[in-house]
Amino acid sequence: MTGLIYLIPVALLLGLLGLGAFIWATKSGQFDDPEGARYRILIDEDKPLPDKPDER
Amino acid sequence: MNAMTDIEAAGCPSGLAPASSGGGTDVSAFVIEKGGAKTLSLSVRGAKCAGCLSKIEGAVGALPGVSTARLNLSNGRLDVRWSGGVDANTIAGTVSDLGYGVSAFDPDKGDAAAKKEERDLLIAMGVAAFAAANVMLLSVSVWAGHGEMGETTRRAMHAISGAIAIPAALFSGRVFFKSAWNVLKRGHANMDVPISLAVLLALGVSVAETIRGGEHAYFDASVMLLFFLLVGRFLDARLRRRTHAAAHDLAALQSHTVTRLDTTGLAKSVRASDVAAGDLILVAPGERLAVDMDIIDGAGEVDESLVSGESLPRAIAPGARVFAGSVNLGQSIRGRAISPASDSLLADIARMLEAGEQRRSTYRRIADKAVSLYVPLVHTTAALTFIGWMLAGIGVRDALLIAVSTLIITCPCALALAAPVVQVVTAGRLFRKGVYLKSGDALERLATCDHVVFDKTGTLTLGDAELVPGSAPQELVVKAARLARASRHPLSRALVAAAGPGPVAEHVREHPGLGLEAEIDGRTVRLGSADWVGADDVTYDGKLHIWYSEADGQVYRFDFEDALRPGSEEMAAELQARGMDLEILSGDRASAVADVASRLGIEHWQAAASPADKAARLEALRAEGRKVLMIGDGLNDAGSLALAHASLAPGGAMDVSQSASDAVYTGAGLEAILSILDTARGARLRMLQNFSLAALYNMIAVPVAVAGFATPLVAAIAMSASSLIVTLNAIRPSRRKEAAA
Repeated sequence: MTGLIYLIPVALLLGLLGLGAFIWATKSGQFDDPEGARYRILIDEDKPLPDKPDER
Repeated sequence: MNAMTDIEAAGCPSGLAPASSGGGTDVSAFVIEKGGAKTLSLSVRGAKCAGCLSKIEGAVGALPGVSTARLNLSNGRLDVRWSGGVDANTIAGTVSDLGYGVSAFDPDKGDAAAKKEERDLLIAMGVAAFAAANVMLLSVSVWAGHGEMGETTRRAMHAISGAIAIPAALFSGRVFFKSAWNVLKRGHANMDVPISLAVLLALGVSVAETIRGGEHAYFDASVMLLFFLLVGRFLDARLRRRTHAAAHDLAALQSHTVTRLDTTGLAKSVRASDVAAGDLILVAPGERLAVDMDIIDGAGEVDESLVSGESLPRAIAPGARVFAGSVNLGQSIRGRAISPASDSLLADIARMLEAGEQRRSTYRRIADKAVSLYVPLVHTTAALTFIGWMLAGIGVRDALLIAVSTLIITCPCALALAAPVVQVVTAGRLFRKGVYLKSGDALERLATCDHVVFDKTGTLTLGDAELVPGSAPQELVVKAARLARASRHPLSRALVAAAGPGPVAEHVREHPGLGLEAEIDGRTVRLGSADWVGADDVTYDGKLHIWYSEADGQVYRFDFEDALRPGSEEMAAELQARGMDLEILSGDRASAVADVASRLGIEHWQAAASPADKAARLEALRAEGRKVLMIGDGLNDAGSLALAHASLAPGGAMDVSQSASDAVYTGAGLEAILSILDTARGARLRMLQNFSLAALYNMIAVPVAVAGFATPLVAAIAMSASSLIVTLNAIRPSRRKEAAA
C-alpha cells in the first residue's frame, strides 16, 4: 500500500500535464478550425521542382 | 496564377462546391492598417478540401509583401496580413481567379465575445474531465476494495478526491452557479438551479462523510455531472456561434461598398454603413444600390424585384426615390443618400421585424418545456424523499444522503445533451448541403410547419424573364437583338439570350420607360412598349411583352415569361403530397402571379400585396391556427419572414430578409426546401426520442434512488449510461431520405 504514496501523486501529475496541454492548445486557438486541421495534414509542403510553371 | 485558365483548375478540385458568382465589390474599404501592417479578412466560398486550402494559401502567400495568409476552413475566412504596396483588390482578385467566390468580411464584435465564451466552456470542460478521470481512479479503488480497504486508506482516498473535485467543481461549475443565482434573484428557477443544488449538496455531504469517515462520498458524481453538462453547453455554444457566424457571413456577402463623391467631385469607395444622409452617391450601370437615395441626376430604369417583388423595371427620373436592393439598369445615376428611417416603407418593415423578433423570443423550445416540467418534479421528489426517510426514523444524516443521491441521479445529463447534440449534428448535415441555419430552435419550428407561403419573384422564379419558345420567328429575334444588345433591361437581355451572339446596331438610343430606337440601313427601328412602337394588340395574359417595329409599319410581339426555378414543380407537388397547404403572396401583377400559380398547381394566391398585406395574411393564417413557413427573398418579404412561425430565404435574398429568416439555402434549385423540412422533421423526432429516453431513465433510476439503493457506484454508471445512449441516438445516421439527399 505504501506504493500509493508515489503512485497517486504521479498519476495526478500526469493528469495535470495533460490538462495543461489542453488548456494551452485551446488558448492558442488550435480548436478554432477543426474542419481545416484535418485537411492540413494532407498538404504537401515540399513542392515539385521549381522550374515547373505551376503546381499542377 | 495566369496559368490557371482551364475550367478544370477553377474552384474546388473535388468538384463538391462550384463557386457561386463572386461579389466583385471593392474590398479596399475593409483593410485595417496598423503601423504599416495591413490586415484584411475575406469570406471565401467554395473552399472544401486540402487542395483548396493549399491553392488559396499558396497563391495569396506568394504575393509580394504578404506575411501570413491563413484560411479557416470551418468558417471560410481567409485572414491576410501584409505590408507594402499590394492592393487589397489584387488579393481578392487572386482568390477569385482561382475560381472561389470571395467577398470582404467585416469582423463583428459579437463574435469575439462568443469565441471567448466557447473557449471558456472548453477549458471548463477540460478541467471537469481531468477531475472526473482522476477522482474516478480513486473511487474505483474504493469500490473495488469494498469491505477490504481499511478505514484510514478509504478516508485518505476520499480526502484526495475532495482536494481534486472541490476546486475543479467550483471552477468548471461557475456557468451554472452564475445562471442559477441570476434567476433565483428574480424568483424563478431554470435547469441550472437543480444542477447547482445537486453539485453543491453532493460536495457538502461528501466533505461531511469524509470527515466522519463514512463509506459513501459523491465527489466523482459531482464532477462527472459537470463534465457531461458542460459537453452539452459547449455544443450549444458552438452551434450558436457557428449559426451566428453563418448569418454574419451571408450578410457580408452583401457588404457593399458605395461610390461616394466628395465636394470636389472626387469619387471614393466607402462602406455602405459609413454613408451619412446627404452624401452624394454615384451608381454605375448594373450596380446594386446599397443605400436609399433620392435621384438628382440621371434617368433610366431600376429593377426593383428585390424591393417590391415587381418583375418589370421601373422608370426613374431626377426626384425619384430609389431603395437599397434595386439594380440600376440604365446609365450611371447620381443621388443624395437619405436616412433609412425617413421612408415609410422601410419604417413599416422595421416595425414588423421588431414585432416578429418579439414573437420569436416567446417561442418555447421542447427543451424549455421539458425543464419546466422537470425542475419542480425533481425538487419535490428529493424533498419528499428526505421527509419520508426522516419519518421512517433513520436520522438526518442518512435521510440527507439518500435525498442528495436522488438529486444527483435525476440530474439532467441526458436532458442537457438531448437537444444540443441533435441540433449540432443536424446543423452540420444541413451546412454540407449549403443550408445555413440561423438558430438551433429553428429546426423545431421548421419541423412543425403545415402551411407554406411563397413569395414569387426571385423565390419561385429566377427573377429573369425568358423568351417563350416559338412566340416569334427566329430571324425576327435575331433582328431585334441588334437593338437589345445595347441595353441592360431584363427583357432585352432575355431577347439577346434567345438570339445568341450577333452584331449590335450603332447609335442605339434608350428612352427610359419606353424602349430602344436605332437607325439600321437608314430606317428607324424600335423595340419597346406597345405605345412606343405603335402596337394596338395590348393583351394582359400574364406574360411580359415587348414590341418590335421596322419602318414598314409592321409590328411584331415577343412574349416572355418569368422562368421558374429548376425543380419548383416537383417541389410543389412533393410538399402537397406531404399534406402542406401552399400559397403565393406576391407584390407582382395579378396576371404574372396567376400564371406561376397555375404552372405549379397552387390554388391560393394573392397578387399586388404590399408588405403590410403580406403581414396581415400571415396574421390571419396564424389566427386560424396554421403554422406558417414563409419563403421569400425581397425587402417586401422581410416583415412577413420575421412574423411567420418559421422562414427560409434563398441565398440571393436581401440581407434584411436573410437576417429575418431562420435558415438560408443556396443554389438555383428549390430541392433544398424539401431536404430542410425533412431534416428538421427528422431532428425533431430525434429530440423527442431523446427526451423520452431521458424520461425513461429517470423512471427507472428515481425509484432506485428514493429507496436508498443509489450508491455512488450506481449513480456513476447510471449517469454515464444515459448520456451515452442519448448521444449515440443523436449521432446515428438516419435510415432513409437523408442518405439519398
